[in-house]
Amino acid sequence: MAERLFFFLCALIAISTAVGVVASRNPVRSALLLIANFLCLAMLYFTLTAPFIGIIQVIIYAGAIMVLFLFVIMLLNLGSPEAQQQERELRRPIAWLLALGLFVILVSQVFLVVGAAPNPQPEAGSARAIGYAMFTQWSFPLLIVAVLLTVGVIGSILLARRRSM
Amino acid sequence: MATVPASAYLTLAAFLFVIGAAGVLIKRNPIVIFMCIELMLNAVNLTFLTFAFHQPDFQVQVAGHVFVLFVIGVAAAEVAIGLGIIVAIFRLRETIDIDSVNLLRE
Repeated sequence: MAERLFFFLCALIAISTAVGVVASRNPVRSALLLIANFLCLAMLYFTLTAPFIGIIQVIIYAGAIMVLFLFVIMLLNLGSPEAQQQERELRRPIAWLLALGLFVILVSQVFLVVGAAPNPQPEAGSARAIGYAMFTQWSFPLLIVAVLLTVGVIGSILLARRRSM
Repeated sequence: MATVPASAYLTLAAFLFVIGAAGVLIKRNPIVIFMCIELMLNAVNLTFLTFAFHQPDFQVQVAGHVFVLFVIGVAAAEVAIGLGIIVAIFRLRETIDIDSVNLLRE
């Protein structure tokens, strides 16, 4: 019962903050709501016996990535009232219609698929098990992600560099 | 933990994904569009972890967690590149409204 209550509390906050990210006109407010959403998702990861992923979510998403977002908003001065753009009025009903259709399709699949019993194995979510699997079975994808991140860092430096005449 | 069914988690993930997709279509500010993409990636991570939680096999469960880490890595690279492009476009155009950035269309 307590688990259900916790789940519905987290789900409620996650849904309302996600709607707030899209509905808010102010990018800074969107970013702060997104951080709240990520923290709620981290809580849900803990309930799915994934403590390591939950901690990574807080450190990398709510910490590093969102700080990058806020930095760029500050750099481009998008938080000022005159810089806040309107939404595309014309496309909005079409977008919500498409979103509703996608939601119906996804949820219909959800209730077709689910018959599996939960199988909590707390060891599977530990840093030890994940690290062992990542450096043995998944070492090649790990290398590719490492190369991708290196290319991403170098590429973003090159893109954002001021051209010196 | 077993009292919350997988369908509840998957429905929540579907809802977050759909909200993100609608945001990508609606918003004009590319930074907010990136935030909506992050929302979608997180929804997919939630489904990964939900299915991992319901797997009988230990190896497959760990594989689900490893893939979530890969998704986070790819998201970090994507945000770094995307925000770099946004800064470069802002230097060039003094605006980042995506309806006025149509260099490739002309």
